[in-house]
Amino acid sequence: MSRRTRTAVFGAGAAVLAVLFALAVAGLPPFGNGDHPYRDLAIAAALRQATPNVVSSLTFDLRGLDTLGEEMILLGSVVGAVALLRPRRDETVRNRSRTENNQSVALVAYVFLPLTLLIGFDLLVHGHLTPGGGFQGGVVLATGLHLLYLSGGYDALRRLRPLAWYEWVEGLTTAAFAAAGLIGVRNFLPHGTIQQLFSAGTVPILNILIGFAVGAGAVVLLAQFLTQAIALEDD
Amino acid sequence: MQILAYGVAGWLILAGAFGMVRSRNLIHVTVCLSVCQSGTYVLLLAIGYQWDAPAPVFSPGSPIRLPVADPVVQSLTFTDIVVSATVTALLLALAIQIHKTHRTLDPDDLQSLKG
Repeated sequence: MSRRTRTAVFGAGAAVLAVLFALAVAGLPPFGNGDHPYRDLAIAAALRQATPNVVSSLTFDLRGLDTLGEEMILLGSVVGAVALLRPRRDETVRNRSRTENNQSVALVAYVFLPLTLLIGFDLLVHGHLTPGGGFQGGVVLATGLHLLYLSGGYDALRRLRPLAWYEWVEGLTTAAFAAAGLIGVRNFLPHGTIQQLFSAGTVPILNILIGFAVGAGAVVLLAQFLTQAIALEDD
Repeated sequence: MQILAYGVAGWLILAGAFGMVRSRNLIHVTVCLSVCQSGTYVLLLAIGYQWDAPAPVFSPGSPIRLPVADPVVQSLTFTDIVVSATVTALLLALAIQIHKTHRTLDPDDLQSLKG
């Protein structure tokens, strides 16, 4: 199909979609109104479970099964990227050292590395109390670890990041989350007092599990891309 | 305001799709898909918005004050963002392998079957 025909076909489809979308939007309740029946039920459930971050309560409690599916998508993508990006027969991994780092960038990265890791753990642990949670905390942890690459270069990252550990953490935490789903864990722990660190039952535990799964998954994913960009050489 | 919020969502989805159709580079296609998915975030968040309602997080030290914005669609948006990020990673990995085997990233040059 030529570009011209393809654009014409898209134009026709987009016009129909735009009209249908406009009709659907015209039938929606007015923007910013107060009629949210599911919200009222979700907030009542979150307060019953003593979880002040209602979004966390939804993600790890009411929609726990969805989150299990989401976690499986993450695992599938990590496995897929590892399989797609493994070195081919005519390529070898050469972990050569390259020291061409900018000193000021390295200094900033060294300062921010512990800070970023601390913020990551803070997001993980307080996911049921304040905005944040496992997914965000995990991504911040993985980002913090990759500041090592900016400060010490690829060699430092490779030595201080035993990739096999991260693969195990990704697999084990996902398995733990799946096991919790299969045996039908409900929020069985004592709920405690709302707005306290030790409260909300299983929500903080699942939060921390997901945080490690996401952090390890992001590290494994980025490692594949870094290997492609830096360490692979054609024979 | 109704038109602006939902219009931005629809425009992002269509603009992203247009970019994918006209694209000459698979990395660009991946970014356009992210733009499309951003449209779904805006749509979901617009549905859950309520005037003068704060975020649905009753952090320690603040009193529990209702009403708040709809947390259900925010949780859905959150799942959406995670899925979008993983799909992007997988598509970029595919783009790398396509570039290795075909030495091109232009979708128009990839029409012949091979192997």
